[in-house]
Amino acid sequence: MSTVHTLRIDGKDVAGSDGATILEVARENGIDIPTMCHLDGISDRGACRLCMVEIAGSPKLAPACMTRVAEGMEVTAHSERLLEYRRAITEMLFVERNHVCAVCVANNHCELQDLAEDLGVTHFDLPRINPKVEVDASHPLFAIDHNRCILCLRCVRVCDEIEGAHTWDIMHRGLDTRVQTDMGLAWGDSPTCTSCGKCVQVCPTGALFEKGRAVARGTRRPRPFLPWMRVVAEERGL
Amino acid sequence: MSRPRIATVWLDGCSGCHMSFIDLDERLLEVFERADLVYSPLVDHKEYPEDVDVCLVEGAVSSEEDLHKLKVIRERTKVLVAFGDCAVTSNVPGMRNPIGVRPLLERAYVENVTINPGVPTEIVPALLPTSVPVHTVVRVDVFLPGCPPSADLIFTLLTDLLDGRVPDVAGARFGR
Ligand code: SF4
Ligand code: SF4
Ligand code: SF4
Ligand code: FES
Repeated sequence: MSTVHTLRIDGKDVAGSDGATILEVARENGIDIPTMCHLDGISDRGACRLCMVEIAGSPKLAPACMTRVAEGMEVTAHSERLLEYRRAITEMLFVERNHVCAVCVANNHCELQDLAEDLGVTHFDLPRINPKVEVDASHPLFAIDHNRCILCLRCVRVCDEIEGAHTWDIMHRGLDTRVQTDMGLAWGDSPTCTSCGKCVQVCPTGALFEKGRAVARGTRRPRPFLPWMRVVAEERGL
Repeated sequence: MSRPRIATVWLDGCSGCHMSFIDLDERLLEVFERADLVYSPLVDHKEYPEDVDVCLVEGAVSSEEDLHKLKVIRERTKVLVAFGDCAVTSNVPGMRNPIGVRPLLERAYVENVTINPGVPTEIVPALLPTSVPVHTVVRVDVFLPGCPPSADLIFTLLTDLLDGRVPDVAGARFGR
């Protein structure tokens, strides 16, 4: 028997079962909270901080994707302050790498573009960093362009938790952080990658893509295998 | 009241934003029934005039010349619009930024050239160290992202400005 908690999100009375996250309960009730690292079917990491919400009585913001609902919680998911933070995060996601939508495989079906549009981010006040980053096109089917990676780590989680290969991981710190395959081996030399394509499917941007796809011609949505992923994830208690 | 004066400028861009502007088609007549086009790559004026009400600036700021033009434009313009992704983010022209000017010019004018290799130093304006968005150099009043922004968005923007409203750029997004 699972306990049900009643709480309020943005002034709306809602109910969620014990163990459910604020994000899940909000979405079940038609309250949209922006997210980037969260993806139904894989575990949550709280990496992007876009889903931060205010909880009455707490001086700190909490990530909705990682915070369990509790009885009597008063959650603010939308406020001027949160919007300002979410816009700032969106800007950072853009300027930390080199996003050139006009020549990107994900153009027009990119979750980062969607996010900017939804939040009304029309330009960046933060300066461009112009980092010199790599492209690894050594895999026969796929490639990664780090210029477009936002470090959501969906690829890392899907490869580990669903495919069970754990080809992806992260290396370095801060602005130098990179996702990498097999301890820094070229992806094409990876002994663990099964070429299943799951990482490419879950990448919210044009960082991971199928080779041979032209500008704006990458495949993203729908993600047909995700319902199945969800089942697998639930079986494994993720 | 005198008629509103509109200008359009082409800095470091591909002219695609101007093509989209021309895509206003018959709506161009609607706009220019109410306003004058006083300066543009599409008309034959050499000097950017005084007292411009609205200027659409296409393109990133990539050279000394772009920089100089833009400063004059800002001084003589009431509402300056960063028009399209190159103006807003530096977009494709900015792809050279991580490379640096020297290696870039060497690659283009020396390494890949068989006849008269050499980096030009005359006639063409010097490149800035990086190609930068318009608002990092002068104040921008309105941002219209898009590569290019659609004719519909441009039309809404211009009519909003001509009607004295704050322009509604909802639906504008990076890329297309
Ligand atoms: S990943 Fe998205 S935001 Fe980045 S360049 Fe590609 S389309 Fe633009
Ligand atoms: S293709 Fe599959 S196995 Fe290979 S890195 Fe991506 S998710 Fe992992
Ligand atoms: S490659 Fe894609 S999925 Fe992996 S961390 Fe970067 S943006 Fe996220
Ligand atoms: S979606 Fe919650 S931190 Fe990214």
